[in-house]
Amino acid sequence: MDLMAILSNALRGALGPEAAIYALAAVGLNLHFGYTGLLNFGHVGFMLVGAYGTAVPVIAWGMPLWVGILIGIACAVVLALLLGIPTLRLRGDYLAIATIAAGEVLRYLYRSEWAEPLTGGVFGITQFANGFYAFNPYSGPLDLGPLDFSRNALWVMTVGWGAALLAALLVALLIHSPWGRVLRSVREDEMAARSLGKNVFVYKMQSLVLGGVMGALAGSLLAINTQALSPDVFMPILTFYLWTIVILGGASRVMGPILGSVVFWFLLTSLDSLLRQAISGGVIPSSLLDSSDVGAIRFAAVGLGLMLLMLFRPAGLLGNQKELRLDVR
Amino acid sequence: MRARVMSLFAALLLTVMLVPGAAAAGPGLSSSPPTATVHAVVPSQDDAAESTAAPDEGEEAAQSLRGSIRGPDRKPIAGLTVTVTQGGTEIGSTTTDDKGQWQVPLEKPGTYAVSIDPAALPEGVVPRAEGGETVEGVVVRPGANQGVIFQLAGDAGGEGGPAAPSGPSFADRFIQLTVEGIKFGAIIAITAVGLSLVFGTTRLINFAHGEYVTFGAIMAFFLSVTPWGLPLWLAALLALGLTALLAGGIELAVWRPMRRKSAGLIQQFIVAIGLALVIRHILLVFFGSRRRQYDEYNLQQSMDLGLFRITPRDLIVTIIAFVLMGLVAFMLQRTRVGKAMRAVNDNVDLAAASGIDVERVIMIVWLLGGALAGIGGVFFGLTQAVYPEMGFQLLLLMFAAVILGGLGSAYGAMVGALAIGLVSQLSTLWFPASLQNMWALLVMILVLLVRPQGFFGRRERVG
Repeated sequence: MDLMAILSNALRGALGPEAAIYALAAVGLNLHFGYTGLLNFGHVGFMLVGAYGTAVPVIAWGMPLWVGILIGIACAVVLALLLGIPTLRLRGDYLAIATIAAGEVLRYLYRSEWAEPLTGGVFGITQFANGFYAFNPYSGPLDLGPLDFSRNALWVMTVGWGAALLAALLVALLIHSPWGRVLRSVREDEMAARSLGKNVFVYKMQSLVLGGVMGALAGSLLAINTQALSPDVFMPILTFYLWTIVILGGASRVMGPILGSVVFWFLLTSLDSLLRQAISGGVIPSSLLDSSDVGAIRFAAVGLGLMLLMLFRPAGLLGNQKELRLDVR
Repeated sequence: MRARVMSLFAALLLTVMLVPGAAAAGPGLSSSPPTATVHAVVPSQDDAAESTAAPDEGEEAAQSLRGSIRGPDRKPIAGLTVTVTQGGTEIGSTTTDDKGQWQVPLEKPGTYAVSIDPAALPEGVVPRAEGGETVEGVVVRPGANQGVIFQLAGDAGGEGGPAAPSGPSFADRFIQLTVEGIKFGAIIAITAVGLSLVFGTTRLINFAHGEYVTFGAIMAFFLSVTPWGLPLWLAALLALGLTALLAGGIELAVWRPMRRKSAGLIQQFIVAIGLALVIRHILLVFFGSRRRQYDEYNLQQSMDLGLFRITPRDLIVTIIAFVLMGLVAFMLQRTRVGKAMRAVNDNVDLAAASGIDVERVIMIVWLLGGALAGIGGVFFGLTQAVYPEMGFQLLLLMFAAVILGGLGSAYGAMVGALAIGLVSQLSTLWFPASLQNMWALLVMILVLLVRPQGFFGRRERVG
């Protein structure tokens, strides 16, 4: 067992591009769930349209990448409107089912034969983000002994963490504005907000659009990071990761999702490399667990973590137990 | 003290599900991922969508086109010439070997057309569609061994020769797909009833219900292979019991304590999602990600019932599903416990005030829902395949069914499920089969737009 290797893997996971991307998406989800009380279980749908919005124009129509990112954002706005109009008037649990279904509908659509000329169907598309890496200011990889990142990973990390922090700053400013106070009152008691003459539907919609755009940006970055895109990246489980991150960090806390993402990825990668080492080192006999099962164990661990968090500490690391009354009205 | 007993029970349940898994883990875990070799078989009516060709991304720069050609009887066709062209120029050609396999190496990636000589096909075998002897627009990516599928079909009785348009008429397909839809809908229905009853009595949307379905199917699978080797009907009955125990055990270990602490519904909902992830991936570890079939009733000749064709297996599954639905309806209408369930569904406080033991009713609902989910899983596994994701796929359709019929209404869930089954199957008349679940989910979103309480739901405020 090489504890140093596990630790450096875990640190690389906690700071790496994925953690940054998930943090950005989780900031958006936190706006939905933490501040507005929307049970959005289809956040992955926003990431999907953001990612494909970025990649398809570059590959199919030869547009520059920044136009693609804008198109991705526009797609997310359209999706939020389409999704919000039928479902935002409904009770929370209906919204949850409708959003998770919408995410799956999008995934089916993007991988279908119909969409194949644009999206590449199940095969996906690759090599569309050279425009992003052309601006890479780093000249070489970072090597701090146990911790190292490639040149491209550094650039994605910089942009990703920068975007996540900016998004969190934006949320902080908005939440302390009059608009944010109305938003939180919608979460606490929709009836009360309505009786004060606030158009609850419009506030929810604005929140859905804004958080969705953050999700779409995260989707763009996710696509740019791997330079490869296939619809099956966007399984519903990705949304559950984001929920775990938001709840772990503390819902309705500005820095909650960011801290949550760092801790989440730290735990996840350390579990991963711990298990792999234990299996290859023979600590866990291979008749019991195979290294191909590590992925499944990882998902099960996320599920268990989500359950235990919700049972014993629904406010997460930073949360305020009193502020967040988790209940359906 | 009581809580400790409960957790012990939960641990026991876990062992129940681990033991058969561990026994079968040996062969299951060593299974390699499905290979990318492509069979040019002709799908018999029902699995047309299954024959997807996965690209085999090799590291080396050389790419190729390949496939294996088999007739409708699944026998390989040897000595058939396969020609690869690009823009009308021939790039290469080869003949199929004894196993019907062929491979043409290519120097450059690009788009190719691949054709076989229809005249050289054995007697009675024709391309499935007109012009099916040529597959146009095959995209070969750098380094890929791209598979190509030729769809071949038996020349029905030789009438009219190969020029006759193959495939049944629209009306025939409509009737056939309606039957398929009713069959699929009946399976969704018996699983969705439990989901709806649980919601009605506890207001919990049980996200883990799909995993109960998977659990039932996989338990029946493990019980019906070595070392137990039980006949499938017995394995199915045991799986039904085990799933009921699982649902009941989780009620005792998780849901009842949560209700005691008066945890919020969102909190319970998220716990259910976590639970679903845990169960699904534990099952994945023991079962492997491959789709598998039960050994029995696997390959059956379908019977021609005049208007439509159905295998005896599917017919019996559908009939049992309807009988089960009838029994549930009878229980709800006529028996004491059924009336108690409806009372709790209507108003928990009133039910409790009139002397109904609400906790006991909820327990029975969980056991019933678990049992129905378990047997539904076996049916789904029989008619399609057993795989760890099956429950989640079915769960979304169950949600659609339950919302269509009205959350909390058992009859609504049945009607909604049949509607969802029909929508998903009939959509393949016009649209690709891979999108059939999408249409079912879209119907649900549409219903939410116009009538959120569903067909049979109570007119309560849902927004």
